[in-house]
Amino acid sequence: MKPDALLYPAPKGLYCEIGDFYIDPVQPVDRALITHGHSDHARSGHGQVLATRETLDIMRIRYGEDFCGTSQAATLGETIDVNGVSVRFHPAGHVLGSAQIAVEARGTRIVVSGDYKRRRDPTCLPFEPVACDVFITEATFGLPVFHHPDDRTEMQRLLASLKQFPERTHVVGAYALGKAQRVIALLREQGYDAPIFIHGALQRLCDYYRGEGIDLGELRPATLAADEKQDFAGTIVIGPPSAFADRWARRFVDPLAIFASGWMMIRQRAKQRGVELPLVISDHCDWPELTQTIREIGPAQVWVTHGREEALVRWCELQGIAARPLHLVGYDDEGE
Amino acid sequence: MKAFAELLDRLVLTPQRNAKIRLLADYFRSAPDPDRGYALAAIAGTLSLATVKPAMIRDLLLERMDEVLFRYSYDYVGDLAETVSLVWEPPEGVVPDDIPLGDAIDKLQTTGRAHVRRVVRDMLDRLDTPARFALLKLVTGGLRIGVSAKLAKQALAEMGGKDVTEIETLWHGLAPPYLPLFRWLTGEAERPVLSTPAVFHSVMLATPVGEGDLDGLDPKDFAAEWKWDGIRVQLANIGGTKRLYSRSGDEISGAFPDVLEAADFSGIIDGELLVGGTARTNRATRTFSDLQQRLNRKTVSRKMLDEYPAFIRAYDVLFSDEVDVRGENFLARRALLSELVASASPQHFDLSPLVPFSSWEELDQLRSDPPDPVIEGIMLKRLDSPYTAGRAKGPWFKWKRAPFNVDAVLMYAQRGHGKRSSYYSDFTFGVWTEIDGKETLVPVGKAYFGFTDAELEILDRFVRDNTTERFGPVRAVRAEPAFGFVVEVAFEGLNRSTRHKSGVAMRFPRIARLRQDKLPHEADRLETLQAMIERKS
Ligand SMILES: [Zn+2]
Ligand SMILES: [Zn+2]
Repeated sequence: MKPDALLYPAPKGLYCEIGDFYIDPVQPVDRALITHGHSDHARSGHGQVLATRETLDIMRIRYGEDFCGTSQAATLGETIDVNGVSVRFHPAGHVLGSAQIAVEARGTRIVVSGDYKRRRDPTCLPFEPVACDVFITEATFGLPVFHHPDDRTEMQRLLASLKQFPERTHVVGAYALGKAQRVIALLREQGYDAPIFIHGALQRLCDYYRGEGIDLGELRPATLAADEKQDFAGTIVIGPPSAFADRWARRFVDPLAIFASGWMMIRQRAKQRGVELPLVISDHCDWPELTQTIREIGPAQVWVTHGREEALVRWCELQGIAARPLHLVGYDDEGE
Repeated sequence: MKAFAELLDRLVLTPQRNAKIRLLADYFRSAPDPDRGYALAAIAGTLSLATVKPAMIRDLLLERMDEVLFRYSYDYVGDLAETVSLVWEPPEGVVPDDIPLGDAIDKLQTTGRAHVRRVVRDMLDRLDTPARFALLKLVTGGLRIGVSAKLAKQALAEMGGKDVTEIETLWHGLAPPYLPLFRWLTGEAERPVLSTPAVFHSVMLATPVGEGDLDGLDPKDFAAEWKWDGIRVQLANIGGTKRLYSRSGDEISGAFPDVLEAADFSGIIDGELLVGGTARTNRATRTFSDLQQRLNRKTVSRKMLDEYPAFIRAYDVLFSDEVDVRGENFLARRALLSELVASASPQHFDLSPLVPFSSWEELDQLRSDPPDPVIEGIMLKRLDSPYTAGRAKGPWFKWKRAPFNVDAVLMYAQRGHGKRSSYYSDFTFGVWTEIDGKETLVPVGKAYFGFTDAELEILDRFVRDNTTERFGPVRAVRAEPAFGFVVEVAFEGLNRSTRHKSGVAMRFPRIARLRQDKLPHEADRLETLQAMIERKS
């Protein structure tokens, strides 16, 4: 069958008419398949939700027990029949529990990759290439300017700064789901074994990651009561980026502002945010990884969702691969 | 090049002066020669490198990249060197490594025009992304990192455990890659001996008169001079070599050929560079905004020289002929100086007059109401003091005229840096004027100090609770006739400005007091500020 008949963009998100389900819908629907727990992909209020066990757990942590009507856990690699459509989840390498969703009916297979990356990440399973007719890819960093450096060297830059400025608090901005835990795990891999202080907003997700067997070392709260005084000099403190503009950030001695994000590739971005030490750590593919993934999978068509669609579509054209932007709305192209 | 590139990237994003010094000093300690010397030159602006045109860099890239993809990238990043450094991909099989900065500079300096294209392409292939950026900024001449030569010298002093004045004295006699300088700083060699004598000697600076500083001091031990609102300079003419330096040791000879040409005496003097006529020609000294017309120029037109004639009002003498007289006392130096000025060109040199006084009260009176609008206060100099480099407390004091004050309304606030990054601590304020028949606030200045920590809490809370709009890190706050925040702003002078919508620019504004007792409509008007400028000229 024609791919457009199997899956097409509708106002509430990507819709499969035969199976009557949406993937990562941006508004409440009867049946939703969710790729991963980031809030622009996983929203509360759906009737039935199909996602990996970890994604369901994360939604429960973020939205509470009644985040949906009924939930069903998808096992990676197992085929599930949804109203006559075969659905299979494969790891996406983005955050814990993240999955690509392969949708297949009448000989046509479309892979919805959600958000994904190709680098090793100690906190989640690696991306698995799945052969398909149509590959739906995000393009968050879909511009040739994005060549993310090795994350180990980025961590060494942080550790070098800690040695160079031992009297300052190294306050790292990192998104609460995935990025924060990855930064912590990478620091541990580099041999940093001192306690790491975390903002209250990260506590439950860090606990959850640890419960899933991911070693984060010793974590301590960086949220103290107003009358408590603690000297955070020379320590690493991790908080969500939004907390930096907050009164929360005031408790630290001479803070050195750090931000762990793929956007830190661009100097002006770092400057605007008042970041002193930008760390390029991304949970999305950079340009070479996006293009290499498309080459590797070799789909007949590429559909591009959120991010910088135009450049990736152009690249596909130059390679002779049919490609088009889906113009989905409601996803955060500035995310993570 | 990697280490240099990392240093540049860190310096650009580091707001604190001390942190910048540490980054620089650590780099100078760990980088090898001659790399660190070339890095120093690049930062201090003493590196001479034939530059290549941005168009060439763009062409090099388009040899291997689709133009449409390049355009998307460039539109997004906005800076050519940065775009190229980010999108550049070496050919198959070439793994980027590093090129020592010294080797790269050497290669660029010895490559002829015909081959520069190939050399740059080859280097881009061999460097990683941040190093490519540094290289491109170097070869296109666009390196801007917000570090002054002065700060770089401070870092050298820190690295070698020396006094910065020693480095400033040597500076103009040395050239990249500064091998003797680093050998001295690391203790491997003696202090370098200079061959050119007309070098900069660190100037003597005054400390401000603070509460009670003059108590117990006898007015008879001091001479007083006016403090003129120009720029402090040092003019050297030794063995026929003439140089004009700013007080931090930057050479500004190129901008003032008239003064240099007229210097026919031999020695080194200290004085105030001003525009207008000397006292000896009976013409008026002109304002700082007139002087600004002549500053920061590499060359000057005939017209500029005629319209804005420059001269030096001499304060002191350091060398008479080739004799170092800095050890003599103030009166002895002053006698030498007046002799020297008397025989110099009357259009280009005069002697800073002494201000007779018998008590501190009398001097205080004179200070607050000086006879010339271009005077910004009084200098006090101990009669028995030698000329010593730096800012020691005691021999010289400066006593500024009282600042100007106006009440203004808070309009915008921006988050601060470092310690203050969670506070809205940079404030833009405005005063009222009528535009198209409507009372409107126009911004007249920006201040980020003057308030206490407790006052900052109050300002920050007001900004957070009364934000009307956000533009990136900047917030607009409510500022209406009957609701808003009034601050008393103190500043040291006013200039006309074409850059500001209000047409005026404050010099050194600071927030003197919070005026929560006032409503915005009680704040000052633009006409008040305009009248202050009129009165001056
Ligand atoms: Zn995501
Ligand atoms: Zn996303």
